[in-house]
Amino acid sequence: MNYFLTEDQQMIKELAAKIAKEKIEPVAAHHDETGEFPWEIVKVLAQADLFRVFIPEEYDGLGGGIMEMCIVVEELSKACGGISLAYAASGLGTIPIILFGTEEQKKAYLPRLAAGEILAAFALTEPDAGSDAAAVKTKAVPDGDSYVINGTKQWITNGGEAFIYTVIALTDPSRGPRGASAVLVEKGTPGFEFGKKEDKMGIRGSATRELIFTDCKVPKSNLLGREGAGFLVAMKTFDQSRPGVASQAVGIAAGALDKAVAYSQERKQFGKPISSFQGIQFMLADMATQVEAARALTYQAARTIDAGARNVAKISSMAKVFASDVAMKVTTDAVQVFGGYGYMKEYPVEKMMRDAKITQIYEGTNQIQREVIALQLIKESLQKKD
Amino acid sequence: MKIVVCIKQVPDTTNVRINPETNTLMREGVDSIINPFDMYALEEGIRLREKHGGSVIALSMGPPQVESALREAISLGVDEAVLLSDRAFAGADTLATAYTLARGIRKIGKADVILMGRQAIDGDTGQVGPGVAENLGLPHITEIRKIEEIGEDKSIVVERLLEDGYVRLKTSLPVLLTVVKEINEPRLPSLKGKMAAKKAEIPVWSAADLELDTQRIGLTGSPTQVMKIFTPPRPSGGKIFEGDVQSTVAQLIAALRDAGIAIGQKKGEA
Amino acid sequence: MAEPIRVILDKCVGCGLCLKVCAYDAVSLVDKKAVINERCTVCGACVGVCRYDAIEIERRPFKGQDVENYAGICLFAEHRRGKLSSVVLEIIGAARELKKELDRSISAILVGDKVQGMAEELVAFGVDEVWMVEDPSIGDFDEDVQSDLVTKILLEKKPEIFLGGGTILGRSLLPRVAARILTGLTADCTELSIDGDKKLLRQTRPAFGGNIMATILCGGHRPQMATVRHKVMKEAQALAGHQGRIEKLDLPILKPRVEVLEFVEEKMDTVNLAEADFIVSGGRGLKDPKNFALIEELARSIGGAVGASRAAVDAGWIPYSHQVGQTGKTVNPTIYIACGISGAIQHLAGMKGSDIIVAINSDPSAPIFTTAHYGIVGNLFEVVPEMIKQLKE
Repeated sequence: MNYFLTEDQQMIKELAAKIAKEKIEPVAAHHDETGEFPWEIVKVLAQADLFRVFIPEEYDGLGGGIMEMCIVVEELSKACGGISLAYAASGLGTIPIILFGTEEQKKAYLPRLAAGEILAAFALTEPDAGSDAAAVKTKAVPDGDSYVINGTKQWITNGGEAFIYTVIALTDPSRGPRGASAVLVEKGTPGFEFGKKEDKMGIRGSATRELIFTDCKVPKSNLLGREGAGFLVAMKTFDQSRPGVASQAVGIAAGALDKAVAYSQERKQFGKPISSFQGIQFMLADMATQVEAARALTYQAARTIDAGARNVAKISSMAKVFASDVAMKVTTDAVQVFGGYGYMKEYPVEKMMRDAKITQIYEGTNQIQREVIALQLIKESLQKKD
Repeated sequence: MKIVVCIKQVPDTTNVRINPETNTLMREGVDSIINPFDMYALEEGIRLREKHGGSVIALSMGPPQVESALREAISLGVDEAVLLSDRAFAGADTLATAYTLARGIRKIGKADVILMGRQAIDGDTGQVGPGVAENLGLPHITEIRKIEEIGEDKSIVVERLLEDGYVRLKTSLPVLLTVVKEINEPRLPSLKGKMAAKKAEIPVWSAADLELDTQRIGLTGSPTQVMKIFTPPRPSGGKIFEGDVQSTVAQLIAALRDAGIAIGQKKGEA
Repeated sequence: MAEPIRVILDKCVGCGLCLKVCAYDAVSLVDKKAVINERCTVCGACVGVCRYDAIEIERRPFKGQDVENYAGICLFAEHRRGKLSSVVLEIIGAARELKKELDRSISAILVGDKVQGMAEELVAFGVDEVWMVEDPSIGDFDEDVQSDLVTKILLEKKPEIFLGGGTILGRSLLPRVAARILTGLTADCTELSIDGDKKLLRQTRPAFGGNIMATILCGGHRPQMATVRHKVMKEAQALAGHQGRIEKLDLPILKPRVEVLEFVEEKMDTVNLAEADFIVSGGRGLKDPKNFALIEELARSIGGAVGASRAAVDAGWIPYSHQVGQTGKTVNPTIYIACGISGAIQHLAGMKGSDIIVAINSDPSAPIFTTAHYGIVGNLFEVVPEMIKQLKE
């Protein structure tokens, strides 16, 4: 199937697919079972230069954009949606630095991120601030040349493994959400600790931890963007990272589809492979169509962002909500195709179903995404009327 | 340090199938790959450069499409590549191939270490390495499973796999080594490597460029001639041997050996 | 210069078989005639498959040795730590068969330290002449020194055939000698015979990973050299009362360029399943975990890996890493020996790509027998030890 990728994009896709098949697939079940962080895969990705694909050339990147990142995330997710998250979540943590970093900040972190020497993470969610992100309570109170950070962030992907964290905190609590800013915090800063590693339903090859800030002092030069622009940083970051989540979902779904198609030809019942039954054929056809549509929408969102379009929220949300719903449906159907075997941990598809669920929840629940899309539709229709 | 790695582009013989009707090998659609053992040689060459500095040059002899194998070598991290290609080289057996490669290495000049895989998976002979060394007047050691160290004084200590263990050997550079899979874990290509490979200029040296005896190359330079190629008899249906334990086992072993399978062979042999 | 390979257009009917066997994408059909392009490596596969003799390769090798002056079947008597390698007996067996057709004497080149006893052993097995260089400085593995001696002896004695073992030493030494003498060498032969009126050595050996067999001749160069694949040909039996001549040669011995530091003996452990050429697998029929030792022993004796069915793994008899099947590993060895495995579809999914499947099971209706190429219906506790025993011989 031709997706009209450039030569470089094709090259990236082939290399990511090779790593997925040769390095990730053999260890996916192990990381799912133990929850061990896949540092050995991070090393392979780093050596292959995959962390460079969406970082500008002047910071040792290869100068690609969201499309290139999506291509990598999708290929890796076909083999394991949890292990691919080490890469994708680092991408999420890198984007704010690329969009809002000063020259010093970019120079300090982007080359190391490009080399895969360190990982990044993005910290917005709190115990009482999920979809209601504006309810964040973590403070980063100015104190002379520093900010003093107090509070906790919850369910941060790459938490504990990443080196550099973009934390959304209130630098001026009196102004509410308009008083929030984005602050860069390095692992190892005194007063910055991690909670226990969460025991998750799926994506167990990824690390999810609480971030605990107790009088954590960071220099004011760690401010990312302007004071008060915290939610702007977050929204712009999510606009660009949503296709990444969509790609993760597409990858998980595509991986499940491949397994289901292969299995249906091996499994014989009533003297025939089950792939010869229309009931199964229709399921597979629907699964494949959904995956293709999800991929097309994701690529559209990625390409729109890379083309520099100003209003990308709607298409970006559409890609995320559609692809994640597809992933949940396709993986559930894959388990169904596998029948009793699909329910057993010994076979790979139940893991994919567990992995898919989170894509409907994080980086903005699908309910929030729908709200974003609806509001945008209404806004556009009002504008047309004028 | 100047490291030359000789590689061969081969069909992926692990993926060929036999047409059950004609009993011939279905070779079409089989990918061309770098000989898997040569991947280990490339990796070792790159590691030597990482440790001792210098450069790694990949060399291959074959028709023009072999250039893609050399580009792949560059994408892994090799510095340069050279292709020896000429219609006159075609049809070479191991004697002619060894001669031609040796002339190429001589033209590259001043190689300290020459590496290649223990054998190619199409010819399966393992003869070219020793032949190249002989043509260059260098010592050679086959079945290398580890390069322990290379000293300032150009001494080199290696471990050579034997049927029943291994032997530690010492010699001095320049030397030709053929390597086994135990030696390392080959890296995957990197994107920067692939980009360098796209841009790289790979010189093609013909017979005229190599100052060689034209009698010693290609078909002309090959004393051995393939008279016939056939697919070995493979059992078609299930054959259940009859008789007592001793007799059935004997029949089984005979059947396997008749199919040319060296059953009862120890590790390290062909 | 003329193309080495060409299509005889009058004979070509455009059947396209040559296209199918070309691994280099070098053949296409244009106007119903085969056309060979520059990708061709002159491997000869198309010539072999063409039913109309429509492709020919012109071979005119460089002038070799004077064939008339060469006579005799010579072999390299490889030895290690004071004992002749077992491959030597296999080569002698082959040489004795060749002698029946060629009617030439069999000689052996034996170089090393304290080799006199081995020389006598060679004679006892049918070697007519042993050309020996005995010196403590000649190491067991020293290509430099040995290739120099072997070359000198071959050039002096001029046998028409020179055979060596397809062992690590043989496959390293003989190519060096062939490159020095400028003659042809064929590796790893599984069959040797004499061809036609010219009485050439017909050398047959596997290629392409064992997927094809090639028969090779060396017409104009001498000696015709070949290494013999170990453990395929039958070992010679001692020839009662056989007399032979042992000639001690006094040749200068090179100072070696490679120094032996130490030899480290290593017991072979069972090999990586995914890469294994041979796999022996055990299943429920083993009845008890301790019986996996039998499987391991058979695997070790053939240099293979140990596999298992899901039943054995679930029973805790062997770790999951050995499981072959739909949810275990997929393997494609040359030989897969399934012992006490019934052959459930899930297991077959993992090993049906094997070149040859051998099944040993006491139940003649076990499904595995329908997929296996060879089977023995019997008690594996008798069959497997018998296999180990016969393979040792």
